[in-house]
Amino acid sequence: MTERTVLDAADMRRAMTRIAHEIIEGNKGTDDLVLLGIPRRGVPLATRLGELIADISDRPQGAPGLVGSLDITMYRDDLRSNAYRAPAPTDIPGEGVDGTTVVLVDDVLFSGRTIRAALDALSDLGRPAKVRLAVLVDRGHRDLPIRADHVGKNLPTSSSERVNVSLAEIDGTDAVTISGGRE
Amino acid sequence: MKHLLDTASLTREDAVAILDIAEEMAQVGEREVKKLPVLRGRTVVNLFFEDSTRTRLSFEAAAKRLSADVLNFSAKGSSVSKGESLQDTVQTISAMGADAIVVRHSAAGTAQRLADTGWIDVPVVNAGDGTHEHPTQALLDAFTLRRALGGFPASGAVKDGPRGKGLDGATVAIVGDILHSRVARSNVHLLDRLGADVHLIAPPTLLPWGAETWPVTIHYDLDEAIAGQDFDAVMMLRVQHERMHESFFPNAREYARLWGLSEARLRALPESAFIMHPGPMNRGFEISAAAADSPRALVLDQVENGVSVRMAVLYRLLTGQEETID
Repeated sequence: MTERTVLDAADMRRAMTRIAHEIIEGNKGTDDLVLLGIPRRGVPLATRLGELIADISDRPQGAPGLVGSLDITMYRDDLRSNAYRAPAPTDIPGEGVDGTTVVLVDDVLFSGRTIRAALDALSDLGRPAKVRLAVLVDRGHRDLPIRADHVGKNLPTSSSERVNVSLAEIDGTDAVTISGGRE
Repeated sequence: MKHLLDTASLTREDAVAILDIAEEMAQVGEREVKKLPVLRGRTVVNLFFEDSTRTRLSFEAAAKRLSADVLNFSAKGSSVSKGESLQDTVQTISAMGADAIVVRHSAAGTAQRLADTGWIDVPVVNAGDGTHEHPTQALLDAFTLRRALGGFPASGAVKDGPRGKGLDGATVAIVGDILHSRVARSNVHLLDRLGADVHLIAPPTLLPWGAETWPVTIHYDLDEAIAGQDFDAVMMLRVQHERMHESFFPNAREYARLWGLSEARLRALPESAFIMHPGPMNRGFEISAAAADSPRALVLDQVENGVSVRMAVLYRLLTGQEETID
Protein backbone atom coordinates (compact mmCIF):
# COMPACT_ATOMS: atom_id res chain seq x y z
CA MET A 1 0.00 0.00 0.00
CA THR A 2 1.42 3.32 -1.03
CA GLU A 3 1.20 6.41 1.10
CA ARG A 4 2.14 9.83 -0.14
CA THR A 5 2.40 13.03 1.83
CA VAL A 6 0.34 15.90 0.48
CA LEU A 7 0.94 18.42 3.29
CA ASP A 8 3.92 18.50 5.63
CA ALA A 9 4.20 20.45 8.89
CA ALA A 10 5.30 23.69 7.18
CA ASP A 11 2.49 23.45 4.58
CA MET A 12 -0.03 22.90 7.34
CA ARG A 13 1.25 25.91 9.29
CA ARG A 14 0.99 28.14 6.22
CA ALA A 15 -2.52 26.90 5.43
CA MET A 16 -3.68 27.46 9.00
CA THR A 17 -2.16 30.96 9.08
CA ARG A 18 -3.99 31.83 5.85
CA ILE A 19 -7.28 30.52 7.25
CA ALA A 20 -6.74 32.59 10.41
CA HIS A 21 -6.32 35.73 8.27
CA GLU A 22 -9.40 34.85 6.23
CA ILE A 23 -11.51 34.38 9.35
CA ILE A 24 -10.50 37.77 10.78
CA GLU A 25 -11.08 39.43 7.42
CA GLY A 26 -14.47 37.78 6.92
CA ASN A 27 -15.57 38.68 10.45
CA LYS A 28 -14.03 42.21 10.29
CA GLY A 29 -12.09 41.57 13.49
CA THR A 30 -12.57 39.13 16.32
CA ASP A 31 -15.74 40.53 17.94
CA ASP A 32 -18.41 37.89 18.66
CA LEU A 33 -16.21 35.23 17.11
CA VAL A 34 -16.36 31.64 18.37
CA LEU A 35 -14.29 28.77 16.99
CA LEU A 36 -15.77 25.34 17.65
CA GLY A 37 -13.64 22.31 16.88
CA ILE A 38 -15.37 19.04 16.05
CA PRO A 39 -13.79 16.09 17.97
CA ARG A 40 -11.35 14.60 17.62
CA ARG A 41 -8.99 16.36 15.27
CA GLY A 42 -11.05 19.49 14.81
CA VAL A 43 -10.44 20.44 18.45
CA PRO A 44 -6.63 20.92 18.31
CA LEU A 45 -7.03 22.62 14.93
CA ALA A 46 -9.49 25.10 16.46
CA THR A 47 -7.05 25.71 19.33
CA ARG A 48 -4.26 26.43 16.84
CA LEU A 49 -6.49 28.79 14.84
CA GLY A 50 -7.37 30.55 18.09
CA GLU A 51 -3.68 31.08 18.89
CA LEU A 52 -2.93 32.29 15.34
CA ILE A 53 -5.88 34.68 15.44
CA ALA A 54 -4.71 36.06 18.80
CA ASP A 55 -1.20 36.52 17.32
CA ILE A 56 -2.24 38.46 14.22
CA SER A 57 -5.16 40.45 15.60
CA ASP A 58 -5.25 43.04 18.37
CA ARG A 59 -7.12 40.54 20.53
CA PRO A 60 -5.42 40.33 23.93
CA GLN A 61 -3.36 37.17 24.29
CA GLY A 62 -5.11 34.60 26.42
CA ALA A 63 -8.46 36.42 26.41
CA PRO A 64 -11.10 33.82 27.19
CA GLY A 65 -14.07 32.79 25.14
CA LEU A 66 -12.76 32.23 21.61
CA VAL A 67 -12.22 28.48 21.26
CA GLY A 68 -14.43 25.53 22.24
CA SER A 69 -15.52 22.14 21.04
CA LEU A 70 -18.77 20.77 19.66
CA ASP A 71 -19.44 17.06 19.89
CA ILE A 72 -21.73 15.70 17.20
CA THR A 73 -21.94 12.04 18.27
CA MET A 74 -25.56 12.29 19.43
CA TYR A 75 -26.58 13.95 16.16
CA ARG A 76 -25.09 11.43 13.75
CA ASP A 77 -27.42 9.81 11.23
CA ASP A 78 -25.71 6.41 11.57
CA LEU A 79 -26.02 5.90 15.34
CA ARG A 80 -28.12 2.76 14.89
CA SER A 81 -26.32 1.17 11.99
CA ASN A 82 -22.67 1.70 12.94
CA ALA A 83 -20.62 0.59 15.93
CA TYR A 84 -21.25 2.19 19.33
CA ARG A 85 -19.51 5.52 19.80
CA ALA A 86 -18.71 7.21 23.08
CA PRO A 87 -19.68 10.87 23.07
CA ALA A 88 -16.96 13.51 23.58
CA PRO A 89 -17.28 16.68 25.64
CA THR A 90 -18.90 19.80 24.23
CA ASP A 91 -17.43 23.01 25.57
CA ILE A 92 -19.02 26.28 24.54
CA PRO A 93 -16.82 29.23 25.54
CA GLY A 94 -18.06 32.48 27.02
CA GLU A 95 -21.71 33.38 27.09
CA GLY A 96 -22.93 30.83 24.55
CA VAL A 97 -23.46 31.02 20.81
CA ASP A 98 -26.45 33.37 20.55
CA GLY A 99 -25.71 36.20 18.13
CA THR A 100 -22.10 35.16 17.53
CA THR A 101 -20.27 34.14 14.39
CA VAL A 102 -19.47 30.48 14.87
CA VAL A 103 -16.67 28.97 12.81
CA LEU A 104 -16.89 25.18 12.79
CA VAL A 105 -13.44 23.62 12.47
CA ASP A 106 -12.78 20.08 11.25
CA ASP A 107 -9.87 18.23 9.69
CA VAL A 108 -11.37 16.68 6.55
CA LEU A 109 -14.54 17.62 4.66
CA PHE A 110 -15.83 14.52 2.86
CA SER A 111 -19.50 13.47 2.73
CA GLY A 112 -20.70 16.56 4.62
CA ARG A 113 -22.67 14.40 7.08
CA THR A 114 -20.55 15.45 10.04
CA ILE A 115 -21.23 19.10 9.27
CA ARG A 116 -24.95 18.41 8.87
CA ALA A 117 -24.86 16.86 12.36
CA ALA A 118 -22.84 19.81 13.69
CA LEU A 119 -25.41 22.30 12.37
CA ASP A 120 -28.19 20.36 14.12
CA ALA A 121 -26.18 20.20 17.35
CA LEU A 122 -25.48 23.93 17.13
CA SER A 123 -29.13 24.87 16.66
CA ASP A 124 -29.97 23.02 19.90
CA LEU A 125 -27.42 25.15 21.75
CA GLY A 126 -28.64 28.54 20.59
CA ARG A 127 -28.95 30.81 17.58
CA PRO A 128 -25.68 32.06 16.13
CA ALA A 129 -25.86 35.09 13.84
CA LYS A 130 -23.66 33.31 11.29
CA VAL A 131 -22.10 29.88 10.92
CA ARG A 132 -18.94 29.36 8.86
CA LEU A 133 -16.94 26.25 8.13
CA ALA A 134 -13.14 25.93 8.12
CA VAL A 135 -11.46 22.64 7.17
CA LEU A 136 -7.86 21.65 6.72
CA VAL A 137 -8.59 19.42 3.73
CA ASP A 138 -11.55 19.30 1.34
CA ARG A 139 -11.41 15.96 -0.45
CA GLY A 140 -14.70 16.21 -2.38
CA HIS A 141 -17.34 13.46 -2.75
CA ARG A 142 -20.13 15.32 -0.97
CA ASP A 143 -23.39 13.51 -0.13
CA LEU A 144 -25.11 16.71 1.00
CA PRO A 145 -25.29 20.32 -0.27
CA ILE A 146 -22.59 21.62 2.09
CA ARG A 147 -19.44 23.62 1.32
CA ALA A 148 -16.58 25.07 3.33
CA ASP A 149 -15.85 28.80 3.65
CA HIS A 150 -12.17 28.34 4.49
CA VAL A 151 -10.16 25.46 3.06
CA GLY A 152 -6.51 24.66 3.82
CA LYS A 153 -6.12 22.50 0.73
CA ASN A 154 -8.48 21.22 -1.93
CA LEU A 155 -7.47 17.63 -2.50
CA PRO A 156 -8.93 15.78 -5.48
CA THR A 157 -9.23 12.14 -4.42
CA SER A 158 -10.89 8.97 -5.62
CA SER A 159 -13.51 7.68 -3.19
CA SER A 160 -11.48 4.53 -2.56
CA GLU A 161 -8.52 6.51 -1.23
CA ARG A 162 -8.01 7.35 2.44
CA VAL A 163 -6.99 10.79 3.66
CA ASN A 164 -5.08 10.62 6.94
CA VAL A 165 -4.56 13.74 9.03
CA SER A 166 -1.92 13.50 11.76
CA LEU A 167 -1.66 16.24 14.37
CA ALA A 168 1.18 16.73 16.82
CA GLU A 169 -1.29 17.01 19.74
CA ILE A 170 -2.79 13.57 19.06
CA ASP A 171 -0.47 11.64 16.75
CA GLY A 172 2.93 13.17 17.53
CA THR A 173 3.55 14.65 14.06
CA ASP A 174 1.92 17.09 11.65
CA ALA A 175 1.15 15.63 8.21
CA VAL A 176 -1.62 14.93 5.73
CA THR A 177 -1.18 11.77 3.67
CA ILE A 178 -3.19 9.81 1.11
CA SER A 179 -3.16 6.05 1.06
CA GLY A 180 -4.96 3.19 -0.66
CA GLY A 181 -6.94 3.56 -3.84
CA ARG A 182 -6.75 1.57 -7.06
CA GLU A 183 -3.37 1.90 -8.74
CA MET B 1 -23.59 -4.61 26.06
CA LYS B 2 -27.05 -5.79 25.13
CA HIS B 3 -28.85 -5.59 28.52
CA LEU B 4 -28.31 -4.01 31.92
CA LEU B 5 -29.46 -6.69 34.36
CA ASP B 6 -27.14 -6.30 37.33
CA THR B 7 -23.91 -4.69 38.46
CA ALA B 8 -22.36 -8.02 39.49
CA SER B 9 -21.49 -8.77 35.85
CA LEU B 10 -20.72 -5.17 34.84
CA THR B 11 -17.05 -4.60 34.05
CA ARG B 12 -15.21 -1.57 35.38
CA GLU B 13 -14.70 -0.34 31.80
CA ASP B 14 -18.43 -0.49 31.01
CA ALA B 15 -19.33 1.14 34.33
CA VAL B 16 -16.88 4.02 33.86
CA ALA B 17 -18.03 4.41 30.24
CA ILE B 18 -21.66 4.78 31.40
CA LEU B 19 -20.65 7.33 34.07
CA ASP B 20 -18.69 9.28 31.43
CA ILE B 21 -21.64 9.31 29.02
CA ALA B 22 -23.78 10.51 31.94
CA GLU B 23 -21.39 13.48 32.32
CA GLU B 24 -22.27 14.50 28.74
CA MET B 25 -25.97 13.89 29.41
CA ALA B 26 -25.83 16.18 32.47
CA GLN B 27 -24.87 19.05 30.12
CA VAL B 28 -28.16 18.73 28.24
CA GLY B 29 -30.17 19.98 31.22
CA GLU B 30 -28.50 23.40 30.95
CA ARG B 31 -28.95 23.91 27.23
CA GLU B 32 -31.39 25.96 25.22
CA VAL B 33 -33.03 22.78 23.87
CA LYS B 34 -33.06 20.17 26.64
CA LYS B 35 -33.40 17.22 24.30
CA LEU B 36 -31.16 15.06 22.15
CA PRO B 37 -32.38 13.42 18.93
CA VAL B 38 -30.67 10.10 19.69
CA LEU B 39 -33.72 7.85 20.09
CA ARG B 40 -36.14 9.69 17.80
CA GLY B 41 -38.80 7.32 16.52
CA ARG B 42 -38.00 4.61 19.02
CA THR B 43 -40.14 3.38 21.87
CA VAL B 44 -39.11 2.64 25.43
CA VAL B 45 -41.59 0.65 27.51
CA ASN B 46 -41.62 1.04 31.28
CA LEU B 47 -43.04 -2.19 32.72
CA PHE B 48 -43.66 -1.63 36.42
CA PHE B 49 -45.13 -4.56 38.28
CA GLU B 50 -44.23 -2.91 41.57
CA ASP B 51 -44.93 0.57 42.94
CA SER B 52 -42.42 3.27 42.12
CA THR B 53 -42.50 7.01 41.75
CA ARG B 54 -38.98 8.22 41.26
CA THR B 55 -37.53 5.37 39.25
CA ARG B 56 -40.38 5.28 36.76
CA LEU B 57 -40.49 9.06 36.38
CA SER B 58 -36.71 9.15 36.10
CA PHE B 59 -36.66 6.56 33.31
CA GLU B 60 -39.52 8.36 31.60
CA ALA B 61 -37.71 11.70 31.77
CA ALA B 62 -34.50 10.07 30.53
CA ALA B 63 -36.19 8.44 27.53
CA LYS B 64 -38.03 11.65 26.66
CA ARG B 65 -34.86 13.75 26.82
CA LEU B 66 -33.44 11.35 24.24
CA SER B 67 -36.57 11.96 22.09
CA ALA B 68 -37.92 8.41 22.52
CA ASP B 69 -41.61 7.64 22.82
CA VAL B 70 -42.50 6.19 26.19
CA LEU B 71 -45.20 3.67 27.03
CA ASN B 72 -45.89 3.23 30.72
CA PHE B 73 -47.35 0.08 32.13
CA SER B 74 -48.17 -0.46 35.77
CA ALA B 75 -49.58 -3.73 37.00
CA LYS B 76 -52.25 -2.01 39.07
CA GLY B 77 -55.40 -1.68 37.01
CA SER B 78 -54.02 -3.84 34.19
CA SER B 79 -54.91 -7.30 32.91
CA VAL B 80 -52.40 -8.73 35.37
CA SER B 81 -55.23 -8.52 37.92
CA LYS B 82 -57.27 -10.69 35.51
CA GLY B 83 -54.58 -13.36 35.75
CA GLU B 84 -52.43 -12.59 32.69
CA SER B 85 -48.98 -14.17 32.96
CA LEU B 86 -45.67 -12.31 32.78
CA GLN B 87 -44.92 -13.86 29.39
CA ASP B 88 -48.26 -12.81 27.88
CA THR B 89 -48.06 -9.33 29.37
CA VAL B 90 -44.56 -8.75 28.04
CA GLN B 91 -45.26 -10.18 24.60
CA THR B 92 -48.50 -8.21 24.26
CA ILE B 93 -46.74 -4.98 25.04
CA SER B 94 -43.74 -5.69 22.84
CA ALA B 95 -46.13 -6.48 19.97
CA MET B 96 -47.13 -2.82 20.14
CA GLY B 97 -43.57 -2.00 19.14
CA ALA B 98 -40.96 -1.69 21.88
CA ASP B 99 -37.29 -0.98 21.24
CA ALA B 100 -36.30 -1.37 24.88
CA ILE B 101 -37.96 -2.62 28.03
CA VAL B 102 -37.39 -1.20 31.49
CA VAL B 103 -38.75 -3.65 34.02
CA ARG B 104 -39.41 -3.62 37.76
CA HIS B 105 -40.89 -6.65 39.48
CA SER B 106 -41.10 -8.00 43.00
CA ALA B 107 -39.56 -11.30 41.91
CA ALA B 108 -35.77 -11.51 41.74
CA GLY B 109 -34.54 -12.52 38.28
CA THR B 110 -37.44 -11.07 36.28
CA ALA B 111 -35.19 -8.91 34.09
CA GLN B 112 -32.83 -11.86 33.53
CA ARG B 113 -35.82 -13.98 32.53
CA LEU B 114 -36.98 -11.43 29.95
CA ALA B 115 -33.45 -11.25 28.56
CA ASP B 116 -32.89 -15.02 28.39
CA THR B 117 -36.18 -16.63 27.40
CA GLY B 118 -36.45 -15.26 23.89
CA TRP B 119 -39.97 -13.95 24.57
CA ILE B 120 -38.76 -10.61 23.29
CA ASP B 121 -35.67 -9.52 21.38
CA VAL B 122 -34.93 -6.03 22.68
CA PRO B 123 -32.57 -4.64 25.31
CA VAL B 124 -33.81 -5.10 28.88
CA VAL B 125 -32.97 -2.71 31.70
CA ASN B 126 -33.48 -3.93 35.25
CA ALA B 127 -35.20 -1.21 37.28
CA GLY B 128 -35.29 -3.37 40.41
CA ASP B 129 -36.09 -7.07 40.77
CA GLY B 130 -37.18 -8.17 44.24
CA THR B 131 -34.32 -8.03 46.70
CA HIS B 132 -31.78 -8.86 43.97
CA GLU B 133 -30.43 -5.79 42.14
CA HIS B 134 -31.20 -2.23 41.08
CA PRO B 135 -28.24 -1.41 38.83
CA THR B 136 -29.21 2.09 37.68
CA GLN B 137 -29.55 3.20 41.32
CA ALA B 138 -26.01 1.98 42.01
CA LEU B 139 -24.75 3.75 38.88
CA LEU B 140 -26.36 7.04 39.87
CA ASP B 141 -24.94 6.67 43.40
CA ALA B 142 -21.49 6.07 41.93
CA PHE B 143 -21.91 9.05 39.59
CA THR B 144 -22.92 11.31 42.51
CA LEU B 145 -20.07 10.03 44.69
CA ARG B 146 -17.49 10.38 41.92
CA ARG B 147 -18.55 14.02 41.52
CA ALA B 148 -18.73 14.82 45.25
CA LEU B 149 -15.48 13.09 46.24
CA GLY B 150 -13.66 14.68 43.29
CA GLY B 151 -14.55 18.13 44.61
CA PHE B 152 -17.06 18.85 41.82
CA PRO B 153 -20.66 20.05 42.21
CA ALA B 154 -22.60 16.86 43.00
CA SER B 155 -25.15 17.46 40.24
CA GLY B 156 -25.74 19.69 37.24
CA ALA B 157 -23.53 20.37 34.25
CA VAL B 158 -19.78 20.38 34.87
CA LYS B 159 -17.41 21.23 32.02
CA ASP B 160 -14.36 19.23 33.02
CA GLY B 161 -15.95 16.57 35.18
CA PRO B 162 -14.21 13.50 36.63
CA ARG B 163 -14.27 11.55 33.36
CA GLY B 164 -12.48 8.22 33.15
CA LYS B 165 -12.11 7.86 36.91
CA GLY B 166 -13.45 5.27 39.35
CA LEU B 167 -13.86 5.61 43.11
CA ASP B 168 -10.44 4.30 44.03
CA GLY B 169 -9.53 4.79 47.68
CA ALA B 170 -12.99 5.94 48.84
CA THR B 171 -14.38 4.41 52.04
CA VAL B 172 -18.15 3.99 51.84
CA ALA B 173 -20.55 2.71 54.50
CA ILE B 174 -23.93 1.16 53.69
CA VAL B 175 -26.15 1.18 56.77
CA GLY B 176 -29.40 -0.55 57.66
CA ASP B 177 -31.69 -3.05 55.99
CA ILE B 178 -29.15 -4.81 53.76
CA LEU B 179 -31.23 -8.00 53.71
CA HIS B 180 -34.14 -6.57 51.74
CA SER B 181 -32.13 -4.02 49.78
CA ARG B 182 -31.45 -4.50 46.09
CA VAL B 183 -29.81 -1.07 46.19
CA ALA B 184 -27.24 -2.41 48.67
CA ARG B 185 -26.47 -5.48 46.55
CA SER B 186 -26.00 -3.44 43.39
CA ASN B 187 -23.89 -0.90 45.25
CA VAL B 188 -21.63 -3.50 46.88
CA HIS B 189 -20.64 -4.95 43.51
CA LEU B 190 -20.30 -1.64 41.69
CA LEU B 191 -18.44 0.22 44.45
CA ASP B 192 -16.01 -2.68 44.77
CA ARG B 193 -15.53 -2.79 40.99
CA LEU B 194 -14.79 0.94 40.99
CA GLY B 195 -12.12 0.53 43.68
CA ALA B 196 -13.97 1.71 46.81
CA ASP B 197 -13.61 0.11 50.24
CA VAL B 198 -17.14 -0.97 51.22
CA HIS B 199 -18.41 -1.37 54.78
CA LEU B 200 -21.80 -2.85 55.66
CA ILE B 201 -23.26 -1.80 59.00
CA ALA B 202 -26.43 -3.59 60.11
CA PRO B 203 -28.03 -5.68 62.81
CA PRO B 204 -27.28 -9.37 62.23
CA THR B 205 -30.97 -10.02 61.50
CA LEU B 206 -30.88 -7.63 58.56
CA LEU B 207 -27.80 -9.08 56.86
CA PRO B 208 -28.35 -11.73 54.18
CA TRP B 209 -26.86 -15.20 54.21
CA GLY B 210 -23.53 -15.17 52.46
CA ALA B 211 -22.80 -11.49 53.03
CA GLU B 212 -19.44 -12.54 54.51
CA THR B 213 -18.40 -13.77 51.04
CA TRP B 214 -18.94 -10.29 49.54
CA PRO B 215 -15.97 -7.95 49.11
CA VAL B 216 -16.97 -5.94 52.20
CA THR B 217 -16.16 -5.34 55.87
CA ILE B 218 -19.13 -6.07 58.15
CA HIS B 219 -19.89 -4.15 61.36
CA TYR B 220 -22.68 -4.86 63.84
CA ASP B 221 -22.48 -1.58 65.74
CA LEU B 222 -23.00 1.78 64.06
CA ASP B 223 -21.30 3.91 66.74
CA GLU B 224 -18.25 1.66 66.85
CA ALA B 225 -17.97 1.69 63.08
CA ILE B 226 -18.22 5.48 62.92
CA ALA B 227 -15.58 5.79 65.66
CA GLY B 228 -13.25 3.29 64.01
CA GLN B 229 -13.36 4.45 60.38
CA ASP B 230 -13.11 7.73 58.51
CA PHE B 231 -15.98 7.29 56.08
CA ASP B 232 -16.06 9.40 52.94
CA ALA B 233 -19.74 8.69 52.47
CA VAL B 234 -22.54 6.98 54.34
CA MET B 235 -25.51 5.48 52.50
CA MET B 236 -28.56 5.05 54.67
CA LEU B 237 -31.04 2.43 53.47
CA ARG B 238 -34.79 2.55 53.85
CA VAL B 239 -36.24 -0.06 56.18
CA GLN B 240 -38.49 -2.01 53.85
CA HIS B 241 -41.56 -2.80 55.93
CA GLU B 242 -43.42 -4.09 52.87
CA ARG B 243 -40.94 -6.95 52.52
CA MET B 244 -40.79 -7.78 56.23
CA HIS B 245 -42.98 -10.70 57.11
CA GLU B 246 -41.45 -11.43 60.48
CA SER B 247 -39.81 -9.27 63.10
CA PHE B 248 -36.21 -8.31 62.50
CA PHE B 249 -35.86 -5.82 65.33
CA PRO B 250 -37.92 -5.22 68.51
CA ASN B 251 -39.58 -1.96 67.52
CA ALA B 252 -39.18 1.16 65.44
CA ARG B 253 -37.93 3.29 68.33
CA GLU B 254 -35.14 0.88 69.13
CA TYR B 255 -34.13 0.70 65.45
CA ALA B 256 -34.03 4.49 65.19
CA ARG B 257 -31.96 4.70 68.38
CA LEU B 258 -29.41 2.02 67.40
CA TRP B 259 -29.31 2.26 63.60
CA GLY B 260 -30.68 5.66 62.67
CA LEU B 261 -28.41 8.47 61.49
CA SER B 262 -29.14 10.84 64.35
CA GLU B 263 -27.83 14.36 64.78
CA ALA B 264 -25.21 13.09 67.26
CA ARG B 265 -23.94 10.46 64.80
CA LEU B 266 -23.90 13.07 62.06
CA ARG B 267 -21.54 15.12 64.26
CA ALA B 268 -19.39 12.06 64.98
CA LEU B 269 -18.80 11.50 61.25
CA PRO B 270 -15.85 13.23 59.57
CA GLU B 271 -16.64 16.81 58.58
CA SER B 272 -16.17 15.88 54.93
CA ALA B 273 -18.41 12.78 54.90
CA PHE B 274 -21.36 12.84 52.50
CA ILE B 275 -24.81 11.48 53.39
CA MET B 276 -26.74 9.50 50.79
CA HIS B 277 -30.15 7.84 50.71
CA PRO B 278 -31.83 6.12 47.75
CA GLY B 279 -35.26 7.38 48.87
CA PRO B 280 -38.00 7.38 49.79
CA MET B 281 -36.76 8.46 53.24
CA ASN B 282 -38.44 7.59 56.54
CA ARG B 283 -37.52 10.74 58.44
CA GLY B 284 -36.94 10.21 62.14
CA PHE B 285 -36.50 6.49 61.56
CA GLU B 286 -33.38 5.46 59.62
CA ILE B 287 -32.39 9.08 59.03
CA SER B 288 -32.94 12.16 61.17
CA ALA B 289 -34.21 15.40 59.71
CA ALA B 290 -30.89 16.99 60.69
CA ALA B 291 -28.98 14.51 58.52
CA ALA B 292 -31.47 14.56 55.63
CA ASP B 293 -31.40 18.36 55.42
CA SER B 294 -27.71 18.86 56.14
CA PRO B 295 -25.55 20.51 53.45
CA ARG B 296 -23.62 17.23 53.22
CA ALA B 297 -26.73 15.32 52.15
CA LEU B 298 -26.68 14.36 48.47
CA VAL B 299 -30.24 12.99 48.33
CA LEU B 300 -31.59 15.49 45.79
CA ASP B 301 -28.39 15.34 43.74
CA GLN B 302 -28.90 11.58 43.53
CA VAL B 303 -32.39 12.12 42.11
CA GLU B 304 -31.18 14.70 39.59
CA ASN B 305 -28.27 12.52 38.48
CA GLY B 306 -30.64 9.58 38.07
CA VAL B 307 -32.00 11.10 34.88
CA SER B 308 -28.52 11.63 33.37
CA VAL B 309 -27.37 8.13 34.30
CA ARG B 310 -30.51 6.49 32.86
CA MET B 311 -30.08 8.53 29.67
CA ALA B 312 -26.53 7.16 29.49
CA VAL B 313 -27.75 3.57 29.96
CA LEU B 314 -30.41 3.92 27.26
CA TYR B 315 -27.88 5.54 24.93
CA ARG B 316 -25.37 2.75 25.57
CA LEU B 317 -27.90 -0.03 24.97
CA LEU B 318 -29.85 1.46 22.07
CA THR B 319 -27.17 2.89 19.80
CA GLY B 320 -24.53 1.06 17.84
CA GLN B 321 -24.56 -2.44 16.52
CA GLU B 322 -22.44 -4.83 18.44
CA GLU B 323 -21.57 -8.45 18.49
CA THR B 324 -23.08 -9.76 21.69
CA ILE B 325 -21.28 -12.56 23.40
CA ASP B 326 -23.91 -14.39 25.42
